[in-house]
Amino acid sequence: MKSTFATLPQVAHREPVRIRLRQCARTFAGRQGQHTALHPLDLAVEPGETLVLLGPSGCGKTTTLRIISGLEQPDAGGEVWFGDEQVTHLPIEKRDVGMVFQNYALFPNMNVAANIGYGLKIRGYSAEVIRQRTGEMVDMVHLQGLEQRAIHELSGGQKQRVALARAMAVQPRVLLFDEPLAALDAKLRDRLRIDIGQLLRQLGITAVYVTHDQAEAMALGDRIAVMEKGRIAQLGTPQQIYHQPATAFVADFIGTVNRFAILGRGQGSLQVTGGGLPSDYQGDASLLYCRPEDVRICTDDEPVAVRGRVIQRFFLGQSQRLLVDTGAAEPLQVDSSSRQHWQVGDAISLSVPADALFAITGNQTQPHAGEKAESAAGSST
Amino acid sequence: MSTSLSVRSAGVMHWRFVLQLIFTLAVCAFMIVPVLMSVLAGLTENYLVGLSSGLTTRWIAEVWGLYADSIWLSIYLALACLGCTLLLGVPAAYGLLKCRKRWAAIIEELLLMPVAIPGLATALALLLAYGQFHGFRGSWLFILVGHVLFTLPFMIRPVLAVMQAIDVVRLEEAASSLGAGAIQRFFTVILPNCTSGILAGALMVITLSVGEFNITWMLHTPLTKTLPVGLADSYASMRLEIGSAYTLIFLLMILPLLTLIQWFGQWAARRASRSVQ
Repeated sequence: MKSTFATLPQVAHREPVRIRLRQCARTFAGRQGQHTALHPLDLAVEPGETLVLLGPSGCGKTTTLRIISGLEQPDAGGEVWFGDEQVTHLPIEKRDVGMVFQNYALFPNMNVAANIGYGLKIRGYSAEVIRQRTGEMVDMVHLQGLEQRAIHELSGGQKQRVALARAMAVQPRVLLFDEPLAALDAKLRDRLRIDIGQLLRQLGITAVYVTHDQAEAMALGDRIAVMEKGRIAQLGTPQQIYHQPATAFVADFIGTVNRFAILGRGQGSLQVTGGGLPSDYQGDASLLYCRPEDVRICTDDEPVAVRGRVIQRFFLGQSQRLLVDTGAAEPLQVDSSSRQHWQVGDAISLSVPADALFAITGNQTQPHAGEKAESAAGSST
Repeated sequence: MSTSLSVRSAGVMHWRFVLQLIFTLAVCAFMIVPVLMSVLAGLTENYLVGLSSGLTTRWIAEVWGLYADSIWLSIYLALACLGCTLLLGVPAAYGLLKCRKRWAAIIEELLLMPVAIPGLATALALLLAYGQFHGFRGSWLFILVGHVLFTLPFMIRPVLAVMQAIDVVRLEEAASSLGAGAIQRFFTVILPNCTSGILAGALMVITLSVGEFNITWMLHTPLTKTLPVGLADSYASMRLEIGSAYTLIFLLMILPLLTLIQWFGQWAARRASRSVQ
């Protein structure tokens, strides 16, 4: 899809910078003693890369972003580096970052143009430069004609565009996003997500993007760090995260997974509840996983298959999701073409291609997935 | 049949309305008549004789001659009090916003103390603590201290409410991410966005300071009499007409302020509901 943002080469004239966190932890003193929001964390964001911090609320992703921005200080011993410069003790106003907030945080006492030009004005640019750069920014985020509007006259999407333009007007070293689309409705969110993605690619600026939305993370991230309970559970490309999740938590958080308990091993097949799967898996994992879209519906005379009964059917438009009871503790989730007519109660045979089955090596005891996740945290490429 | 029903219910409505109107008017009369009597007394030649003695502005002039100093002192005092509460109250509201919930609650309670306990007690405490500093005790600054104690929460509360409503902390974070230091943030973002709360607080402070009697009566000296103290003085020692004329002057000063407070309250509410959208 074509971006609605026009190209703006001037914004990106700066050399992109690498962000490094070394042993950054964050502990808050609460009423019930110490609360660890972030365990000691090492993280590098490559120059020009977009890194998405993804996780449920309270996983430490926002704390990490705030430490990078300078709004929060890491506990003693932690270091934040922008390129060759250590910025750990610089307050945010001296770090030269651009930040986009969830609730826009636009200044209600200023109009659109004044909001966008605020950072330039603070930096002491002449009125002429401010006017010109603000104009360029307004063009870039397609807000022409709205320059003199008051903030309360804008829609949510327009507000977030102003916030984006305001953050970029000062040509920051890095761009930071704190759930910028969370307050928008689904349609607008998709639109703006595409636009932000295009813009980040064009600018080639180092960016860190916090979200709890996995679709957003996959669409925008060059790499994704999935966080859980103050630690990085897995760091990798969207493909790695999706197809080779390091922990059960990551597999569950990114999309949907089916679980097969291995009951026995035959010649080129595995015995599971409800039948068998063609696989020559030799590892020692007792659970194998697959994605719903990888489950194949096969004919009843297929020799090795899992057999079950459709217990629920969700029509999704481009596909349909079937819940199939195979006698296992949880039903299998199967995506199939939405043109196939399945009824609740129908008998169904399923198979999974051998290469779509994966084991999770990191840790399989789900409730404590985060406890041993550190070993998997360094598996970046 | 349905029409007769609606006519009957309209009749019931009508009667209910009339009864409510009578009740409301009666309550209003109960409260307004004494004020009107007082105003009339201030304009009557001889109140004992009644209106037949004729109307005059003589008493007003006489009050002005006797108490102009008190009136001016009250105005200066109110403005000085406003200055103090602005300088103390706006930063205090900001501090309360930033500090932890539990501490903020305790501090707010303490700030409300001078409003909750009788003014006489506050004044007595001030006299016990500072009464021996004669220069201070004899000056209008002593009364100013009492007024600031009493009015400070009325500045802090509306400012704090506005700060919470517009999420000043987030705005400040945005400003600092754009490179603004603490002082720049205060003057370009915090202050301009809190004006509605500051105005509401300012009008409240002026009104309360002009009308404050309890604390002032204890703290004043013959040379530092304020408007309400002068009023008590005139009622106690002068003709009724002079006291009443005094009330009239007081009303003329305070009514525009009250109207402004109302007007700003509505204006601030409109503004707040707009910025939330």
